[in-house]
Amino acid sequence: MYIEVKDTCKNFVQDGKEFIALDHVSLDIEKGEFICLLGPSGCGKSTLLNALAGFEKVSSGSVKIDGKEVTAPSINNITIFQNYGLLPWRNVLKNVELGLESKKVKKEERRKTALKYLELVGLSGFEKRYPKQLSGGQQQRVAIARGLAVDPDIIFMDEPFGALDAITRMKLQEDILRISREEKKTIIFVTHDIEEAVFLADRIVVMMSDPGRIKSIVKVPLGSNRDRTSRDFLYVRDKIFELFNMKSESYIEYYI
Amino acid sequence: MILKKLISLKNVIISVSILILIWQLAFNFSSYDKALFPSPKMAFDALVEMIGNGQLFENIKTSMYRFVIGYFSSVIVAVTLGLILGRLPKVFQYVNPMAQLLRPISPTAWMPFIVLLFGIGDVPAIVIIFIAAFFPVLLSTVSAVGNIDPIYLKVSRNFGIKQLQLTRKVIFPAAFPQIANGIHLALGTAWIFLVAGEMVGAQSGLGYQIIDARNNIRADILLATILVIGIIGIVLDGLLRLAEKRILRAWGGQS
Repeated sequence: MYIEVKDTCKNFVQDGKEFIALDHVSLDIEKGEFICLLGPSGCGKSTLLNALAGFEKVSSGSVKIDGKEVTAPSINNITIFQNYGLLPWRNVLKNVELGLESKKVKKEERRKTALKYLELVGLSGFEKRYPKQLSGGQQQRVAIARGLAVDPDIIFMDEPFGALDAITRMKLQEDILRISREEKKTIIFVTHDIEEAVFLADRIVVMMSDPGRIKSIVKVPLGSNRDRTSRDFLYVRDKIFELFNMKSESYIEYYI
Repeated sequence: MILKKLISLKNVIISVSILILIWQLAFNFSSYDKALFPSPKMAFDALVEMIGNGQLFENIKTSMYRFVIGYFSSVIVAVTLGLILGRLPKVFQYVNPMAQLLRPISPTAWMPFIVLLFGIGDVPAIVIIFIAAFFPVLLSTVSAVGNIDPIYLKVSRNFGIKQLQLTRKVIFPAAFPQIANGIHLALGTAWIFLVAGEMVGAQSGLGYQIIDARNNIRADILLATILVIGIIGIVLDGLLRLAEKRILRAWGGQS
């Protein structure tokens, strides 16, 4: 298995009380999969992502990528954050070149690669702008281009569209879906938005809180062209709602 | 833009005129000998005299030399040390009490000690400026590094940016606005203590010129020198503000 989480626990002590963020979590992910970690806040989805990305150590169990235990962040697995993490003193082009600099890529090559990925995320012509001159959606596109530029194997996304308005979010969801197909990356995507998960994922890992654990893993049998209003889409969405016990039992008659 | 500048120029002229007027009135009504308490006109004549015989520029040159060396070496050492200590909070725990103990001591208090060690000349003035600028810059740099948004460090770890590269590409620019604040504050303090240093530990420079004028009972020269010190202080502040703006603009104009 490409990514292997085995019997992993993570405990925090907060205000003298012990808090179980992950309780014996096991999960296998194949190369090229688009996985959504879905659940309410406190379910450990971000903790699990941070453990996979190497930002946090787990208390017990193992987290392996490609057979190797994860101990620190690596340039092969890039994380996209909710608040973008762009460097405000660098323009868009220099931001995208950031990771390439540590890979010791030559200057011209860096520029070429950065421009290529800026085009891929639809930001050609924005090279000389600074982050604060861009909208939130555009900033996240720059962060995505920056991540893609170092050609990572895995992209971790921690509620990346959480701070964006609904329309921009949908546009970016479509783009990330297209990019994941074109670039053939493994993507682990944390969200609390059920519709977002159904739209994006090959498999949805549904998580619960107190203690943080995996409730079930739902395969999304939708093709690569997903329509938010199609019957299949709504069917899968309803199934997830049921898992969260959020589907109303009573029948309501609609007059339209 | 031009209108704004004209209005602020008008304010400056009015403000300075009021100051001169008060001075003139004080002169008119005072019972002091005019050699001890000269009029604005007399101070201005003394200024012209000092410019004429080259004495003023000689002393400005001497003072600026000491100031530039003391201030810039202090800023460079303090920022470097601050960037290191800011990343080592455990070490800073031990350095901080030391800094807190030394900081409230007026740099002038060190003066006799410094003169004992280094004698009279350039060194005491340079050392006193160094001390005056050092603590504000050091402490503001350490706190600036501590206040960096953790996401920048997370991104840097992710992209494998380490040590010197991390400091140069991420930590320094991220902390710069707050560091610049400290550097700016220290400029004023350093200029104040240059004069104090030269009054005690030197035989040249603007500070010494004040003492020299007193010894010769030339109150007109004394007051003219004070004016020059004030004007140079304003000019230095303006130059630094300009440099700060340049750097910030080069870094995407964050304010």
